[in-house]
Amino acid sequence: MSDMTLSAPARRPLVLRHPSVLVFLTILALFTLGVTLLSEGAGIGAISTSFVKTLGKTLCFCLVALAMDLVWGYCGILSLGHMAFFGLGGYAVGMWLMYERTRMIVADSLAAAELPPTAQEISDGIATQIFGVVGASEFPPVWAFAHSLPLQLAAVVVVPGLLALVFGWLAFRSRVTGVYLSILTQAMTLALSLYLFQNDSGLRGNNGLSGLQNLPGLDDIPQSAVSLWFFWASALALGVGYLFCAWLVSGKFGSVIRAIRDDETRVRFLGYPVEGFKLVVFTLTAVIASIAGALYYPQAGIINPAEIAPIASIYLAVWVAIGGRGRLYGAVIGAGFVSLLSTWFTGGQAPDLVLGPLRIQWVDWWTVLLGLSFVAVTLFAPKGIGGLVDLAARIKSPDRHGADLGPDAGALREREADQ
Amino acid sequence: MSKIIRHILFCLNCLLAAPALAQDAGAPIQELLQAHGDVIAKSSRKTIGPAIDALAASGLSAAQRVLERWQAKEMWRDEESGLFVFAEEIDRDTIRIFDPAGDTEIGAVADDGYKQLKPNSGIRGMIGAALVQFQLSAPDPATRATALDAIERDPEASHLAALRKAAGAEDDAALRTRKARLERLLTIRFDEDDAARIAAIESFAGDPAVDVRATLNPLIATRIEFAAEAPQGDDIARTLKPGGGALPRADAYALLVAAGVAPPAITRADKRDALVAQLRDGTVGGYRVAQLDTEAARDAAYARLAEAGRVAAVATDAEIDAALAAHVIFERFIGAPPAVALAARGALDAIETKVNLNRAADLVLDALSLASIYFLAAIGLAITFGVMGVINMAHGEFIMMGAYTGYVVQQIIPDYTISILVAIPLAFAVTFGAGVAMERLVIRWLRHRPLETLLATFGISIALQQIAKNIFGTQARPLTSPDWLDGSLVLNDIVSISYIRIAIFVLALLFLGLFLFVMNRTRIGLEVRAVTQNPRMAGSMGINPDRINMLTFGLGSGIAGIAGVAIGLYAKVTSEMGQDYIVQSFMTVVVGGVGNIWGALVGATLVGTMQKGIEWFNPSNTLAAQTYMILFIILFIQVRPRGIIALKGRAAEA
Amino acid sequence: MTNKLFMTTAAAALVAAGLPALAQDCPIKVGVLHSLSGTMAISETTLKDTMLMLIDEQNAKGGLLGCQIEAVVVDPASDWPLFAEKARELLTVHDVDVMFGNWTSVSRKSVLPVIEELNGLLFYPVQYEGEESSKNVFYTGAAPNQQAIPATDYFLEELGVEKFALLGTDYVYPRTTNNILESYLKSKGIPAEDIFVNYTPFGHSDWSKIVADVVALGADGKKVGVISTINGDANVGFYKELAAAAISADDIPVVAFSVGEEELSGLDTSNLVGHLAAWNYFQSAESEANDAFIAAWKAKMGEERVTNDPMEAHFIGFNMWVNAATEAGTTDVDAVRAAMWGQEYPNLTGGTAVMGVNHHLAKPVLIGEIQDDGQFDIISQTTEVPGDAWTDYLPESAVLISDWKDLGCGMYNTETKSCVQIKSNY
Repeated sequence: MSDMTLSAPARRPLVLRHPSVLVFLTILALFTLGVTLLSEGAGIGAISTSFVKTLGKTLCFCLVALAMDLVWGYCGILSLGHMAFFGLGGYAVGMWLMYERTRMIVADSLAAAELPPTAQEISDGIATQIFGVVGASEFPPVWAFAHSLPLQLAAVVVVPGLLALVFGWLAFRSRVTGVYLSILTQAMTLALSLYLFQNDSGLRGNNGLSGLQNLPGLDDIPQSAVSLWFFWASALALGVGYLFCAWLVSGKFGSVIRAIRDDETRVRFLGYPVEGFKLVVFTLTAVIASIAGALYYPQAGIINPAEIAPIASIYLAVWVAIGGRGRLYGAVIGAGFVSLLSTWFTGGQAPDLVLGPLRIQWVDWWTVLLGLSFVAVTLFAPKGIGGLVDLAARIKSPDRHGADLGPDAGALREREADQ
Repeated sequence: MSKIIRHILFCLNCLLAAPALAQDAGAPIQELLQAHGDVIAKSSRKTIGPAIDALAASGLSAAQRVLERWQAKEMWRDEESGLFVFAEEIDRDTIRIFDPAGDTEIGAVADDGYKQLKPNSGIRGMIGAALVQFQLSAPDPATRATALDAIERDPEASHLAALRKAAGAEDDAALRTRKARLERLLTIRFDEDDAARIAAIESFAGDPAVDVRATLNPLIATRIEFAAEAPQGDDIARTLKPGGGALPRADAYALLVAAGVAPPAITRADKRDALVAQLRDGTVGGYRVAQLDTEAARDAAYARLAEAGRVAAVATDAEIDAALAAHVIFERFIGAPPAVALAARGALDAIETKVNLNRAADLVLDALSLASIYFLAAIGLAITFGVMGVINMAHGEFIMMGAYTGYVVQQIIPDYTISILVAIPLAFAVTFGAGVAMERLVIRWLRHRPLETLLATFGISIALQQIAKNIFGTQARPLTSPDWLDGSLVLNDIVSISYIRIAIFVLALLFLGLFLFVMNRTRIGLEVRAVTQNPRMAGSMGINPDRINMLTFGLGSGIAGIAGVAIGLYAKVTSEMGQDYIVQSFMTVVVGGVGNIWGALVGATLVGTMQKGIEWFNPSNTLAAQTYMILFIILFIQVRPRGIIALKGRAAEA
Repeated sequence: MTNKLFMTTAAAALVAAGLPALAQDCPIKVGVLHSLSGTMAISETTLKDTMLMLIDEQNAKGGLLGCQIEAVVVDPASDWPLFAEKARELLTVHDVDVMFGNWTSVSRKSVLPVIEELNGLLFYPVQYEGEESSKNVFYTGAAPNQQAIPATDYFLEELGVEKFALLGTDYVYPRTTNNILESYLKSKGIPAEDIFVNYTPFGHSDWSKIVADVVALGADGKKVGVISTINGDANVGFYKELAAAAISADDIPVVAFSVGEEELSGLDTSNLVGHLAAWNYFQSAESEANDAFIAAWKAKMGEERVTNDPMEAHFIGFNMWVNAATEAGTTDVDAVRAAMWGQEYPNLTGGTAVMGVNHHLAKPVLIGEIQDDGQFDIISQTTEVPGDAWTDYLPESAVLISDWKDLGCGMYNTETKSCVQIKSNY
């Protein structure tokens, strides 16, 4: 629940002004604790390692959904390309994981040779191992920093940040807005995925980077433990990310970006540098998405260009829309709910639905249901699941006398302007 | 049950056939076949030559027939007796067999004891070449044409004489021209007389055909050689400078090494092996093993070994230069005598420009064709986007629906021509209906909320795609074009375009014309334009904007359906085909400018040409072309955010 | 005395420990890891149905080790990370004894770390690019030397092709295969400028320029042949463009490694007669076992359904696994693996498939010409060719061999005489 007052002159602590933050963090902590106690790695083993991984990955989805909510629900930029940043984060971390693991194997194997290996021989050996499957044996320039974990971690922030900055600057500068911008962001992620699909891109083309779940040098530690570590890291990242986003949107900055969402032209007339605000939000969310990706892919084990195809970003928008835009917990609920439900339905565990002679297998029909429910949410419940919270808290949208206030009816408003 | 019947039939067959089974094993043709029996049965191009030659040269009257039926995979061999027969398959298990001597029927038998000879296409080509002598003067023009095909495919020196003999007697004009042309080509290739060859080469001046170039190119083949002195003689094509673009320094040196006139260069791996071989008590060349983890250390250790004379010395750069300087490297013509080779090179050089121009022309045709496909796919989107400001993400799925409509119609109406004629209006009707339904049920309720329209239509797109998968499966479905759309319009060997692409191009033009007519000359077009420009004002003038929106949306969707049939005809029908075109369609609309059919046209032309242009520069990677195209478009939007043809005035603010 | 008592106790303990292993846990679970939705469902659903058919048949014959076999079917939805997740689920939650699955190389690479970690067993039924031999995978599809190399030999020797166009979809299998072929062709004296390589995206549909480029290759008077590793749907557009350009198989033959009966059913093949495909199995192969297999398949799935090469691979793989488990008397992975080495089973095309110690099958190579009914006319059939995990035609792979039986290594460097790694490259 967000509060219903404009930022009050007396600054109370964030969590007091926004009780939903505290509620969320408590639930997240309890959830993390619960999963840990039930896990195979550190608890009674009621939750299998593969499900811990699924939950950890879902937390990463929640984090990227937060970013999407910030850029779309709060700032009104429907980006259909944020999963590109998510994927870039995964690639950045994946490159180090893959390099380091292979380096250890090669170093071991070359240690048996009669002459000590030269740096060049080690490098050639690693390249052959990594790129042998795609028919190459030389390191492309993009791997220049793959040997260093700090540099690759820096790349998680820098590469998507730069891409978002450049792309955003180009797009916002020329006042591309609305559906145009959406299409353009979609084109961006399509171009990136097509580029990565090429073997010439140097990131193993369609194969992508795999074997990421094996942390270099930690072969003896079972996956049940590793999966828990990543689960904790994801939960921590989500918690911190949530706190950060809540802090960001609670102040003046938040008011300005909500105003941009509701009426960009007016904000511009008021003297705010609209493009600058948008650029900051776009870049910031790109970095958050990238961090989520960097945590996600070591749990998934493999990243390839199909992960950043346009459809992925659209699903991201679907999660946020179903969860409820313009409220941070909505994004988290949407991502968690829809992606877990998706896993359940496509996993073949959901019982078939028998309608007389018709037998509906959810594996086949789940996507149809998702698509249609998405239409239904847009049409009938633009507030998504978050709208239920409004109902429970008896928050009513003011009667607008039939007039639309802005383009984005679904997003939660702090306070409606009077008609 | 059916198996039993089949067995009974077998036995009947056997009974019927048994008396007639007497086959003339002593006939000359059979004896000849038996003489080469194993080679024929082995059926490999490498060994079959003598058997075909013997048959062709046998002079037996049955030889031609044997060759023909063998080529048509109609010759079988009795596995027991090894005798060859002709056979026709009656059903999966029975064949009717004939005696090769005289081609007389023996009877119907079970195929168990017989093995079909399956000459591969290489052998079939050789048989065809051998058959030429029989077929070139055959009474049937079709047979003579077959013979010419065979010569074109696998020309032999002996064909030249046969052609010359047969050319005069030809009464079919078309075949006569073909024969004459072939005769000149074979002259270039096989004639003994250089003057005749040069004359023939000159007769093809300026002809860019592939077969001409295919004949000329082998004549100018060269071999790289070297000598201590600059060589004399007119068969020297050119001298090469080592280190130049045509001959890298390392290659040039390798040439000398291969001839044994220079010491070999030693590779890193060789060096390492040599060091390992010289390893004594953990040291080599005075270095400890642990020190040898850099190339520099290894080089030094190797140098010491070389000084001590324990390994071969490495050729230094100066030595390599000296060796290269001491020799002249040049290319020598080996394909033909120098005069002929020079004439061929002259002819090829003269053709080259023409070939490139033709290639460019072909590329332009391809680009136009691609543009027309994009235009067709985008036109519906441009209409809905332009008139209603609505992005229909399910547009691609309407294309798919149209294509599947075509497929279903073809399942019901087997005649391809009629089914296409039925499918096109039906596809329009189906997608028109779907479009209208979507507009009424979804889009109307999301007026002024374009972002949510985008998402809602996306939900529909996901659902439609999966429904198509559930109904039709994920396998690509055939949508076959009628016979009259098969094949290509061939201007010459380089420039050609398939009829189906021409048909799509015509269809695109047709829609452009139709659209312009409807918009500019009819009442409904007037109303649509009014609603586009100012819906409220149009409403107050008595136009029902809801109805116009609905119709417009239906029209846009209907055209997508027809585009689907067209695309299905030239490419494939799958549930995901819409996705292949949706982004390109958006690009087309965005680049061209919204709300204007000319914009869509210009956009499609630009996007299509662009893509082909990039493919031209980077022929080995079509994927890169798409990536660069999208990047270009993103940058293009910077320059003209509203597209090439932007609406001006108030409509632009909508 | 104490000693004796100790030994008896130990023996008793051993027997006690051994007993549960002998008395098999019923039912025996077989995991089926094929995509039932998404882009690969097109190919993989068929294989799931094949597995269910084979399991039903085996159960009708009395099951295995006195147990019924139960199929555990999951849907990785053509989503590569999901393959790893589902494989882990099959092994840890469902406790399957063996898995049959995967189609694309990238999905196999995704599963590899999981099954190597958990010591699972996977049968992989599709032709692939080689350069791999995992302790936990049996490769029942063709390695490059069982499909690409023989087909290239056929081009060189039987059709006299002198100039090659290697057209492929841009992913691992075509990339690696073409890389091997390029190297192979060079070793056969084909100069680099006579090898034209082109990669297109998945589902590519605009083929006019590429087909024109291929025709233009003929300009220097050499016979041109196309080796196609084009995957899936893209083939439809490619063959339509070939047909439209009236390129006869006699002029420019095309041999495809990813086009089988299933793919041709989406095409009118009357214009493609004579073009080639290389596989280890064609539906048109004449043998009694094949007739029975086709009849069972059609009875289960419908008259219009066709059989294809990966189905035969599953047929051989499953039956070999059943025999190996019967010999070992258990479905324990290590025991079954040892029993699999040298395991023999008749092919559907005649002859016998043998499982090598490098986990690859020895199978015959068939080359078929496309007929106008969408089937293949088999014009060449070799004897059994043992699958080669590491190709001999790339310098860095030529020194590698795989031998799990004696060397216990899937990536053994014969030069340095050392095992490069026990686990696989992912």
